[in-house]
Amino acid sequence: MRIALFVTCVNDTLYPRTGQAVVRLLHRLGHEVVFPPSQTCCGQMHYNSGYRREAQKLAVRFVETFADADVVLAPSGSCAAMVRDNYPRLGEPGSRLDRAVADLAPRVYDLSELLVDVLGVTDVGAYFPHTVAYHPTCHGLRLLKLGDRPYRLLSNVGGIDLRELEGATECCGFGGTFAVKNPDVSAAMGSDKARNAVATGAEVLCAVDNSCLMHIGGTLQRQRAGMKTLHLAEILASTEQEPATP
Amino acid sequence: MSPHRSTGRAPGAQPSSGERAAGHATFMGMPPFPEAAKSAVEDSQMRHNLRLATGTIRGKREAVVSELDDWPDLRQAGKAIKDRTLRHLDTYLEQLEEAVTAAGGTVHWAADADEANEIVTGLVQATGESDVVKVKSMATQEIELNEALAQAGITAYETDLAELIVQLSDDLPSHILVPAIHRNRAEIREIFRDRMASWGVPAPEELSDDPRALAEAARVHLRERFLNTKVAISGANFAVADTGSMVVLESEGNGRMCLTLPQTLISVVGIEKIVPTWSDLEVFLQLLPRSSTGERMNPYTSTWTGVTPGDGPQEFHVVLLDNGRTDVLADTVGRQALRCIRCSACLNTCPVYERTGGHAYGSVYPGPIGAILTPQLRGTASETEASLPYASSLCGACYEVCPVAIDIPEVLVHLREEVVARPGHRAEKAAMGAAGWLLNGEHRLDTAQRAASAARSLVPRRMPGPASAWTDTRDIPEVPEESFRSWWRREGAAEAPEHTGDGGDEDAQEGGRR
Ligand code: SF4
Repeated sequence: MRIALFVTCVNDTLYPRTGQAVVRLLHRLGHEVVFPPSQTCCGQMHYNSGYRREAQKLAVRFVETFADADVVLAPSGSCAAMVRDNYPRLGEPGSRLDRAVADLAPRVYDLSELLVDVLGVTDVGAYFPHTVAYHPTCHGLRLLKLGDRPYRLLSNVGGIDLRELEGATECCGFGGTFAVKNPDVSAAMGSDKARNAVATGAEVLCAVDNSCLMHIGGTLQRQRAGMKTLHLAEILASTEQEPATP
Repeated sequence: MSPHRSTGRAPGAQPSSGERAAGHATFMGMPPFPEAAKSAVEDSQMRHNLRLATGTIRGKREAVVSELDDWPDLRQAGKAIKDRTLRHLDTYLEQLEEAVTAAGGTVHWAADADEANEIVTGLVQATGESDVVKVKSMATQEIELNEALAQAGITAYETDLAELIVQLSDDLPSHILVPAIHRNRAEIREIFRDRMASWGVPAPEELSDDPRALAEAARVHLRERFLNTKVAISGANFAVADTGSMVVLESEGNGRMCLTLPQTLISVVGIEKIVPTWSDLEVFLQLLPRSSTGERMNPYTSTWTGVTPGDGPQEFHVVLLDNGRTDVLADTVGRQALRCIRCSACLNTCPVYERTGGHAYGSVYPGPIGAILTPQLRGTASETEASLPYASSLCGACYEVCPVAIDIPEVLVHLREEVVARPGHRAEKAAMGAAGWLLNGEHRLDTAQRAASAARSLVPRRMPGPASAWTDTRDIPEVPEESFRSWWRREGAAEAPEHTGDGGDEDAQEGGRR
């Protein structure tokens, strides 16, 4: 299948290895990946902060960039949710943007949805001999309703030791600009999430969203907790021949 | 708890009723949320109390909601009934007025808090009494009725156990349902021991912090009050339009004492509390207790219709309160907040509320519902109200548990748009504008990414100025050697066919945008 990758601005700029892992994984599964270069950002930060007009412009760019794609992969739960859940609120009903969103949004997937629902695989042949805890992230959990898809994918990874995360469904406290507008509450939530993560005894905390992981990982690192964070794509891309290091 | 609580009197001091009332704390003039939250998150005792209390009630709610197969249907029904009622609110209000009047009650209309306070004060004065007992009510807190009555020399005695604790300690409520949720039982024992005597029957000498002993002390203290007070003031959870009946749900029976023993009963009811018929009410009598206290059925549900000769209060007044509600109704996105049945499930599930408690919101309505209701009722002109829509990480847990499906994150974002549309916030607007410009052109983004990668070794771990809000508590990620798009141009494109992107028309797209 030909899959259009919307890598997202955060992955593009700060976590290119997540994008590279996605490409490696999909190639390994026999699929073609395209990267439309006019893509930039879904506009989530602007939308969530009340800058609707800026978000609209970025939404227009997104739907124009991906109009012809069969399926779009956004390896970030919150960006996929932005397109599917919030884009329909951006255009005036019946407007060009509104119609384009209605057409495109159902073809936009998070990585676990693409693999399980569209490509029909739960065992991607990955190998990752490490202890891992999974944090579901709010957008993945409540907007995309990913359910057990990420767990099914992870549980089929060779060598993996999956640990259960206490308080998994609770927000990590990132929340985009929330992290800087309410830094004290954000840090309090982050510290609880980090404590629960460390308590699993795992080496790696995994999620489908690098924004949340930037916050939790930054907290863990500041605490010198000795625990790393990894995007789901990087674990699924890992093989015995080309192992990912936590 | 909160630095803004007015200071308490010396224990044992015997204040006059005027002094006592003057000691009431109010939410006016509280600092914006981030500032208030800063001291709240450092209060380890409160954090501990809240973690325990909200955790317990979350678990109870989850258990009794998940046992119902038709919960999603009930939730949709609750939402639909409220929406329908709000669409025809004028009709139902008139119907209610007619029915209440026909049943021997009197209906008063109050456009705002001042009008409502004036009406209630006048009604109490007409009875010649200077003491009133109160059933727990959010509407009367919203209008600061106790303070208004105190001005007129009337003392209002709270009779809900948690409200009593708050009143005795000159504190502020921190939760819709459990106003003293920020207190533990040791603190409550102190409050009872030190303060009960100055308000009436004192606490027993050897009061322990056993919950039963505390409840018994409150019972004895309140019993005298119930038997001797001739006027009661309540709110209502629901007002049934077709029969003119008022409905109050509570857990202790103290409310029922107030609703049945006094001669005169005055109920202050927000105009959004209407349900058309008793069969509509039935839906909410299922939704509310399960969402609120995690009970299958509510312990004390009192309903009354006007006046019944020889039984209960012989004079009944209802004050129908607008106080900003018709403005909320005019906002097509924000109006869903008027569906709220004040169950407090959103507070109990909110990770922000759990860490800050209710006082930090600087508003009678705290938590997620407060963050969308207060700025709508009071406007976003002041800094405190303008900060409330940002008091959320938009995690969506509140929407998930709300029994009338209020999309709180949607309203929060809507209100942020309103705040941003006001003058001010120049630095943020400039930054957002710049980010929007940068992100709306892939070449610009590419250039910025290259610049960041070139300077990656220079990025310090801790940054000054606004960026310190991040780096004070978290490390920042390392900037990679190259961006994904730069890698793709070299490696990815070699393996996969190049997409004929529409990057070329970037400059055309920009025309007229800036
Ligand atoms: S907004 Fe919903 S969950 Fe929150 S108090 Fe109101 S009804 Fe309950």
